[in-house]
Amino acid sequence: MAVKTKRSTRIAVTLLGWGIALWLFFPIFWMILTGFKSEVEAVSTPPKLFFMPTLSSYAEVFERASYWHFALNTVIVSVGATAGALLLAIPAAYSMAFMPSKRTRGTLLWMLSTRMLPPVGVLVPIYLLARNTHLLDTCTGLAIVDMLTNLPIIVWMLFTFFREVPAPILEAGRMDGATRWQEMTMVLLPLALPGIASTALLSLILCWNEAFWSLNLTSSNAAPLTAFIASFSSPEGLFFGKLSAASTLAVAPILVFGWISQKQLVRGLTFGAVK
Amino acid sequence: MSRLKSLCALTLLLSGSVLSSAHAAGTLTIATVNNGDMIVMRQLSSEFEKAHPDIHLNWVTLEENVLRQRVTTDIAMKTGQFDVVTIGNYEVPIWAKQGWLTELKPDAAYDVNDVLPSVREALTSDGKLYALPFYAESVMTYYRKDLFQKAGLTMPEDPTYDQIRQFADKITDKSGQVYGICLRGKPGWGENMAYVSSLANTYGAQWFDMSWKPLLTSDAWKKALTWYVSAMKEDGPPGATSNGFNENLALFASGHCGIWIDSTVAGGLLFDPKQSQVADKVGFAPAPKGPYGKGPTWLWAWSLAVPVSSHQSADAQTFITWATSKDYVKLVADRKGWVAVPAGTRASTYAAPEYQKAAPFASFVLNAIKTADPNGQTAQPRPYTGAQFVGIPEFQAMGTQVGQTVAATLSGQMTVDQALASAQSSITRSLRQSGRAK
Repeated sequence: MAVKTKRSTRIAVTLLGWGIALWLFFPIFWMILTGFKSEVEAVSTPPKLFFMPTLSSYAEVFERASYWHFALNTVIVSVGATAGALLLAIPAAYSMAFMPSKRTRGTLLWMLSTRMLPPVGVLVPIYLLARNTHLLDTCTGLAIVDMLTNLPIIVWMLFTFFREVPAPILEAGRMDGATRWQEMTMVLLPLALPGIASTALLSLILCWNEAFWSLNLTSSNAAPLTAFIASFSSPEGLFFGKLSAASTLAVAPILVFGWISQKQLVRGLTFGAVK
Repeated sequence: MSRLKSLCALTLLLSGSVLSSAHAAGTLTIATVNNGDMIVMRQLSSEFEKAHPDIHLNWVTLEENVLRQRVTTDIAMKTGQFDVVTIGNYEVPIWAKQGWLTELKPDAAYDVNDVLPSVREALTSDGKLYALPFYAESVMTYYRKDLFQKAGLTMPEDPTYDQIRQFADKITDKSGQVYGICLRGKPGWGENMAYVSSLANTYGAQWFDMSWKPLLTSDAWKKALTWYVSAMKEDGPPGATSNGFNENLALFASGHCGIWIDSTVAGGLLFDPKQSQVADKVGFAPAPKGPYGKGPTWLWAWSLAVPVSSHQSADAQTFITWATSKDYVKLVADRKGWVAVPAGTRASTYAAPEYQKAAPFASFVLNAIKTADPNGQTAQPRPYTGAQFVGIPEFQAMGTQVGQTVAATLSGQMTVDQALASAQSSITRSLRQSGRAK
């Protein structure tokens, strides 16, 4: 009986898991589907699930905009912002995890609170700073803003992962004569690598999808894929097919990347969870 | 350690590669929207670059509201990111008064007198021309000839709103998903309020009196809004508060609307069999008239202007003169066909027999735009210009706010009286805050 209950529970949980996963994936599925419809089919009511697929939207998207230019900008900005954020966040999280002061907790909370501010609230000062430093419409400018936007989350995540590393291991390194730098780079980083990798992955995804700053701080030279998607919205005329095709092209690389690295991501995110 | 070295190397590599170059000299950056005519302009712009090898064009296509925000920020902060901007006749006089736009003086070859007078007037401020029209639109009524025939109805040459309502009642077949009337319901100053303001005008309603006192609780406003809400509730499609121009275009094109009152630009899209399943069944008539009958009439001109912050003003003017010229119209006709030429701007376009043949609605649109008078007379004198908008900077926020209350009447959250009272008080407050009213 117990085995039977266990089995039925497992089936129920599995079904629930699949149900939630399909529910979450449905908008993406519909977007991919719409990309293969003609413009009239894309807006037909009731919506069509079965139709004659066409590549016309994709052909038009490639004809109208240089996808690779936008994609390259996204890669540069996302990788640049993530690398910069890790360089700053690793020492910060290290000091907070292993040499906490009275204000560490408060500092961490304050850092996180900056994420609660609506970005539009600081649009004018950031725009003026970017203009005065000649960083408007440059990948450098956008990467710096993305890096600073994600820094609180990255520091928090790294802090949590570092706290899971037993302090005696670092002490052992110190007793063997390791300097602080060696302790951090040769002992701590290899131990916390899954956590660092998942933090980097999350940062990459956040930068890839960031739209507000991309649309406001770039125009043509440094415009990333979010600007590419926005350019297919039209006030007059049907555009859902092309918009869906452009969106699919924009999210495809990060979806594939996320799929490939999901093991690492889950491993990192659950790092220390069952201690 | 080797991992750390790799990380450092990658960072150095990136910090080098992320530095992008500034705009090269001779490169014009053009901010535009993703409308069909603009897409054609972009495709054909290589001809301009061939004729002007020292000028390179850089296109930035943005969503309409993002474009407004970006361009406003750029010009107000004098960043100079854009050399050519796509704006409408709402912005042109306001921005010209702020000193944000360069005055344009096209040469004789451009033949500025060929530009339709109502459009030219809409882009002029204090006698100076500040933008060149790319394409223009007014308002008209589209209807399904087959549904009218089936119901034994005939669309009059000059329909009234009362007649439109009767027709809509007769052709509505909700079980067959055919809705008698489709109108804009999506909240926004350029969405539902463009239509509702235009409807209010013909009912004799207006936004303000000469002392900037809002008049939204007037009888005329009540009658106009009551017509709108009642027609949409009884004969309109479900979820109308989500329907803007594009959604109604899709509904009409897929055979779900009997009557649609909206921009003349929809004509080219509804008559195109590639985009419309009812291309051979579309009839058209002028915009309906209300009890007042007169009043300002809808006119919108997507136009190209050169901001004063541009560092390449002369080249930018060369480009916009080319893109709005008679030669450009000919180029589009040669490459894409006469039906694709930008509509509503030049008399010479409408005089071309090829255009009249390709676009059966051409003379109708010409008449609608020629007679469009955004400065027309309202029931009482008014201190502002514009038909489907109020030509003051506060209107974008104000119009959207009122648009939300109007949408609330459609969804049944508010009555017409409540919505108008709420709109009246919010507008009074906004105008006081802006210092326009005491």
